[in-house]
Amino acid sequence: MKFAIALFAPAHLPSSRRALRFAEAVLAGGHEIVRLFFYQDGVHSASSNAVSAQDELDLPAEWRTFVEQQKLDAVVCIAAALRRGVLNAEEAQRYQKPAANLAAPWELSGLGQLHEANQLADRLICFGGH
Amino acid sequence: MSKSLLIISRQAPWAGPSAREALDIALAGGAFDLPLGLLFLDDGVFQLLPEQQPSALQQKDLTANLQALPMFGVEALYVASRSLSERGLSEQPLALPVEQLDDSALSLLVDRYDQVITI
Repeated sequence: MKFAIALFAPAHLPSSRRALRFAEAVLAGGHEIVRLFFYQDGVHSASSNAVSAQDELDLPAEWRTFVEQQKLDAVVCIAAALRRGVLNAEEAQRYQKPAANLAAPWELSGLGQLHEANQLADRLICFGGH
Repeated sequence: MSKSLLIISRQAPWAGPSAREALDIALAGGAFDLPLGLLFLDDGVFQLLPEQQPSALQQKDLTANLQALPMFGVEALYVASRSLSERGLSEQPLALPVEQLDDSALSLLVDRYDQVITI
């Protein structure tokens, strides 16, 4: 089965961890993830600048490793990200901000990517909505 | 055939970016001509009140974006009548032509769509 997975929660909330564990289970079960889409506060789950204590789970790092190893299509909504200070180098330069905190494998793109993923997937699974 | 999506908007317009971000999903989908519905539930019904004055909170008015929904082809607009009555808004004129649904109609509505996003 093909899954689209949308995440609306930052890395420090349990929904982000649940989404990651679900995504891992999807692949372990032999299914496919057509796209990860991070929206609303979910954009913080992709930030490179979150720091975890040494004995705590580093969820943004786990997400990054998972996306890289599985070569997933992982999109962060650009409007939601800009609003929350999650910028890649290109956007940081465009808006003359002092730092970038988003890099590959994440791609900044628009909500059309969410709709496209929904059309390609058999199931849309959302985490961290209100 | 395209898969249909129901967006359930549950936050008041003054409660952070959620109302705006739910609406943006609807407008983006409308631009792609997808079969979409938008349901205002719980505090989301406050988005439908006319004559809001968001500038008093240094916020932008969402009403114009809401009015754009039919132009973007999003005409399936619903509101939960229980959410209105719980907030004393049952008799209140609303800023958009929305269909009022009772609890049993709500569950049928959710059933009718392929996918659901709640924000």
